[in-house]
Amino acid sequence: MSHLLDRVTFFTKSKPEDFSDGHGKLVHENRDWERAYRNRWGHDKVVRSTHGVNCTGSCSWKIYVKNGLVTWETQQTNYPRTRPDLPDHEPRGCQRGATYSWYLYSATRLKYPLIRSRLLKIWRDAKKQNVDPVDAWKSIMDDKAKTKEYKQVRGLGGMVRADWDEVNEIIVAANIYTAKIYGPDRVVGFSPIPAMSMVSYAAGSRYLSLIGGTCLSFYDWYCDLPPASPQTWGEQTDVPESADWYNSSYIMAWGSNVPQTRTPDAHFFTESRYNGTKTIAITPDFSEVAKLSDEWMSPTQGTDAALAMTMGHVILKEYHVTNKSEYFTNYIKQYTDMPFLVMLEEKQGVLAAGRTLRASDIDGALGEKDNTEWKPLLIDGKTNKIVVPTGTVGSRWDGSGKWNIEHKNAMNGVDIDPETTLKDDNDEIVSVGFPYFNNKAHDQEIFTNTDHDSVLMRSVPIKKVKLADGRQVKVATVFDLMMANYSVDQGLGGDNVASSFDDDVPYTPAWCEKVTGVPKEQSIRIAREFSENADKTQGKSMVILGAAVNHWYHMDMIYRGIINMLMMCGCVGKSGGGWSHYVGQEKLRPQTGWLPLAFGLDWHRPPRQMNGTSFFYNHSSQWRYEKLEVDDILSPLADKKQWENYAMIDCNVRSEKMGWLPSAPQFEENPLEITKQAEKAGMDVKDYIVKQLKSKELKFSCEDPDNPKNFPHNMFIWRSNLLGSSGKGHEYLLKHLLGAQNAVLGNETDKKPSEVKWREGAEGKVDLFVTLDFRMSTTCLYSDIVLPSATWYEKNDLNTSDMHPFIHPLSKAVDPAWESRSDWEIYKGLAKKFSALCPGHLGKEKDVVALPILHDTPAEMAQAIDVKAWFDDECEAIPGKTMPNFIEVERNYPDTYKKFTSLGPLMSKMGNGGKGISWNTEDEVALLGGLNKIVREEGVSKGLPKIETDIDATEVILSLAPETNGQVAVKAWKALGKITGRDHTHLAKPKEDEKIRFRDVQAQPRKIISSPTWSGLEDEHVSYNAGYTNVHEYIPWRTLTGRQQFYQDHKWMVDFGENLCTYKPPINTKTVAPIINENNDGRSQVVLNWITPHQKWGIHSTYSDNLLMLTLNRGGPVVWISEIDAKKIGVADNDWIELYNVNGTIAARAVVSQRVPEGMSLMYHAQEKITTTPVAEKSGFRGGIHNSVTRTITKPTHMIGGYAQLSYGFNYYGTVGSNRDEFVVVRKMNKVDWKDEPAKGVNS
Amino acid sequence: MNIFLDQFFFGYYPYIAMTIFIVGSALRYDRDQYTWKADSSQLLRKKGMLWGSNLFHVGIILLFFGHFVGLLTPEWIYHPFMSAATKQIMAMIAGGIFGTMCLVGMLILLNRRLFDKRISKTSKFSDTFILLYLFAQLLLGLLTIPYSAQHLDGSSMVALANWAQHITTFRMGAADFIIAEAWVFKLHLVLGMTLFVIFPFTRLVHIWSVPLQYLTRTNYQIVRRR
Repeated sequence: MSHLLDRVTFFTKSKPEDFSDGHGKLVHENRDWERAYRNRWGHDKVVRSTHGVNCTGSCSWKIYVKNGLVTWETQQTNYPRTRPDLPDHEPRGCQRGATYSWYLYSATRLKYPLIRSRLLKIWRDAKKQNVDPVDAWKSIMDDKAKTKEYKQVRGLGGMVRADWDEVNEIIVAANIYTAKIYGPDRVVGFSPIPAMSMVSYAAGSRYLSLIGGTCLSFYDWYCDLPPASPQTWGEQTDVPESADWYNSSYIMAWGSNVPQTRTPDAHFFTESRYNGTKTIAITPDFSEVAKLSDEWMSPTQGTDAALAMTMGHVILKEYHVTNKSEYFTNYIKQYTDMPFLVMLEEKQGVLAAGRTLRASDIDGALGEKDNTEWKPLLIDGKTNKIVVPTGTVGSRWDGSGKWNIEHKNAMNGVDIDPETTLKDDNDEIVSVGFPYFNNKAHDQEIFTNTDHDSVLMRSVPIKKVKLADGRQVKVATVFDLMMANYSVDQGLGGDNVASSFDDDVPYTPAWCEKVTGVPKEQSIRIAREFSENADKTQGKSMVILGAAVNHWYHMDMIYRGIINMLMMCGCVGKSGGGWSHYVGQEKLRPQTGWLPLAFGLDWHRPPRQMNGTSFFYNHSSQWRYEKLEVDDILSPLADKKQWENYAMIDCNVRSEKMGWLPSAPQFEENPLEITKQAEKAGMDVKDYIVKQLKSKELKFSCEDPDNPKNFPHNMFIWRSNLLGSSGKGHEYLLKHLLGAQNAVLGNETDKKPSEVKWREGAEGKVDLFVTLDFRMSTTCLYSDIVLPSATWYEKNDLNTSDMHPFIHPLSKAVDPAWESRSDWEIYKGLAKKFSALCPGHLGKEKDVVALPILHDTPAEMAQAIDVKAWFDDECEAIPGKTMPNFIEVERNYPDTYKKFTSLGPLMSKMGNGGKGISWNTEDEVALLGGLNKIVREEGVSKGLPKIETDIDATEVILSLAPETNGQVAVKAWKALGKITGRDHTHLAKPKEDEKIRFRDVQAQPRKIISSPTWSGLEDEHVSYNAGYTNVHEYIPWRTLTGRQQFYQDHKWMVDFGENLCTYKPPINTKTVAPIINENNDGRSQVVLNWITPHQKWGIHSTYSDNLLMLTLNRGGPVVWISEIDAKKIGVADNDWIELYNVNGTIAARAVVSQRVPEGMSLMYHAQEKITTTPVAEKSGFRGGIHNSVTRTITKPTHMIGGYAQLSYGFNYYGTVGSNRDEFVVVRKMNKVDWKDEPAKGVNS
Repeated sequence: MNIFLDQFFFGYYPYIAMTIFIVGSALRYDRDQYTWKADSSQLLRKKGMLWGSNLFHVGIILLFFGHFVGLLTPEWIYHPFMSAATKQIMAMIAGGIFGTMCLVGMLILLNRRLFDKRISKTSKFSDTFILLYLFAQLLLGLLTIPYSAQHLDGSSMVALANWAQHITTFRMGAADFIIAEAWVFKLHLVLGMTLFVIFPFTRLVHIWSVPLQYLTRTNYQIVRRR
């Protein structure tokens, strides 16, 4: 009652009682004060949510709410159990996630819409002159002085608080103006990793897709896409869940720092060791995983392919020649392209491997009728005849319904026994040339070369085959070519093969020791252990790999080298085995349910999608600085003349024109105008475009990127920190896209491209740069308008990962704070404004979309035999075959909002599907009408299911996807069965009546249902593992042969010497030499390799500006260097250092550590430049981010398209933004200048 | 007028001050438990605490007991042992030593409180005020020493003690003892009584909670009944 009176107990007090001989005392006093402590940890409610950050964790968290505020979060612990003898998933969650609630009420939280004050002033003036907002925007765009005024101060502060209605009006006015004048494809959006928050991604992409805007891909741009995966499997990325590590008995963590970067899953790695699993770490630095594993292999960074080739050499020698493993032999025969026949062709005077032999090459096509050019052949050991096996891409699309890999003759269904080697039964042993790339001295001495010839001749057994055209060709099996390529002597003798592991021949362990620094005893022993384990356990050897080895320019060689090891040992598709590539949270499990929502496929098909890397390479003018020439990387066996005039950008432009890669913006003309012109000319749009292109009256935008007509005039960035994190060539983005202050130090190239018009480099191409975020990131700093979005605890959304089979919700624990809104509400608001403002400017318009040749469609069979360019008059211009397809799409712009908020009629009319199969989905549309209710209002959406709220949107995804709706799963498996001729429905039948809904996943994580969208199963008996259904259900891989491809026979692959895997040393980016001697002020300097791995105290840039994480590290940007290099330049730990090359500059503190080997600098990527970053001395500009010293360099083999698995798919194939071949000059800083006084005169 | 002030300050004010002191403390203890604390700034910076805090606290505690014993001990108790004059000299010496200790400590603490940014920025008005107030009172106290030295017969001391004893034993006419005393004594007394007035509203309340029981506690583990 009263604290004081309660103490007045003289008459009532019971005496304290002693216990335990007086050691303890029991007192009788008021205990109300304890409530304070209980209240401190008390809360009003707990809500399940997760973190929409690209970390692959996707952990379930309890979010505590008290007095309407989020107080803290802890790990959820009610995941469904696994099964006996398998550890449970939890606890999952790491130190980074545990600090997220800090953001909600921190100073960095965006609370109100912000706008660049200069733009706002200009806008308000323009609005005074013009009543119509679109006219107002036009008046600004017409005045270059005005646009320059606000563009040049991007990144220099000057943002003011604005009003939602006003910023929406500006954004939409800009969008309408851009669509009307230049074309809707000039409105571009970038948002990555839908799996982080599917609805939030879909909000923006739905808005853009409905108005005809362009969505950029991200997985390739992040360089997280391993091109080796589509090349080998026809699959973007499919990997085991982390629980499957436990099933493995030999794990190599190759360039994947598991405990640091896969923290919530690392326990399976540790637990597997209790299970007897041996773990190997392969990293150049002494990383956390090196410390954790049983053994550490340390190849020089960038030489991983050499090590993989060497271990492959050992495996081939010991398990495929001398001590043949029956398991391995059967595996490669059935599941890989090893038995397929490759034609040997005369190249540069020697015989070399070329394209695979096809049914069409043989007279009568072996009885095949359809797609004969796309049916590769092999020799049946039973009959000793060349046959067409089932399962090739040709039979996938020929309607035969027998697309499987059952070991059958496609023609008559008779069992076959493919012959892998012609060693014992051949017509001749011939000498075949193989390219060797590591014989030129590298600019940087950490990379060692050898003096072997450029072309190495080796013996290969062949058969002679008479072709339909009368020619006789020599053919060899992929297996025999592989043996020769790996320098393995099958007993044929000859040059350049090894008789022992000590020989100085490429890919022997002795050679490897020279190139990678790994002792030969170690590479031999580890290769033996790896393969012996796989042999004994039938494939339970696993490689966990990641960005570290995928970010090199020749990453596909590194990856294929590793994948080859796994395939040789029969590990892919086996529980506890295979390729575990974890880079980002790319696994969008309910993908087929999400696609219609995200790209407005319920209203218009197709959407406009563009590959991010080529877009940024082209439109941020990084190609203008290109120093790498095609000749630098071409195979010695290629005809150099065919490539001599091509720069990298030329290859990309040619690829776009051939329909291989997408193109956006598409044409110099506004697509809305093209359709009108076609109508005027009385022609079909498709024919009209072909005619105009052929007559060169119509040009692709990519041919003239510095022409204002072709600029990406409006850009949206959401759920991304493009400029603070992922943007390779950061300074070029600032210079050319934004026209902002930048530290580009290098010159443009002297070698002008042949396919692209060279003009003066445009700066400030983007007129309006809009970013949505919950925190003031570097990207926000450079934006014109910043929209405050809800945090991960303030919106409803869905999140999945490849690390586990659950679907997690993001939940609205509290309302969005201040004036922030969820992404869904923000874009819905824009759609509403768009519908309101467009009348008078845009009405019912006809748009035309240029669609590249897509993977998993029949179009992927485009040019089978050779590469022909219509624009060089080598072939007919046929849309969808030799060039992009052109598809008319009608958009009634005033309906945009109605379309945004309802599920369109195409779902019922055209069905749903993915990855080459489709099914009727009317039942699900009806279900959604019941769940979300139906639109009653008159208009285009009347009678359709509503998608008003973010929860409505989640239900659309969950209802349409086979992974979350058992009935759809059964339908999907049935649809696949129609093509494979096998019944797969048993995989989903037990869960047919299961429907996972949003409130279900809020209650407890739910495991997804097995679906043919993915190649693994999620059931009671196996953990999810990629390729599992291919191996166990005989579903072909979606490749040329239908098998896993060791061999890539596209002409460009052959020309770049990558038809078979080989070791290619890191490229010379030529960014240090021009600048190294510029500063002769006597300061010592070193040149170091630039490595930018994942953080310990952040996930990309998220958390890197979080006070709690900054407190754990050094409170600002740091770069790790070795003790040896530090000594050379007189740097002590925590000194300020400067790093630069022609691409830009960085200032950071040095972490001097024994962890780092000499010659390497290591900067955890995406440390925000807004946090404790001084000015770099060299440029005089603020420090920079890790990408300030990089520039995108594209690779021609990634531009291949229209060729089975090498066909375009959004985030599936295309150029990638590699960055690890880069070098920087490092020196100690003389003066640390913060330049933190207000800029004078800038914000007058 | 002067008579009125003397009567008020030395006749009635002591009771007003004591009432505010007791009732105020009780109310604060009941209403605002979370503010019942010393508000130490030691967490913010340790520097200066060892000497400053210890000298100040030791000095002021001894001064308090000096005053307590000196003023409230009836003459007949100490007379058999010493004369009033001797007692006065003892008081001057002891007071001088303790006062100087307290002064040095206080200067260190004041320096922290006023000029250490970390501490001054987090100080409440009352924190700075009470320290300055005590500083003024201490200076006044030290200033009485030269006044006392002018008449070493102990008469002033006896007058002050009589006053204090009359007040504490609720006898009339207490103020009369003070009327003739020097201004410095009067001011010191008024400030001293006012200290009791502001006591409940400052960090001084921590004095109430001196954990004396720690000195006698022998049990290792204290548990509370549910």
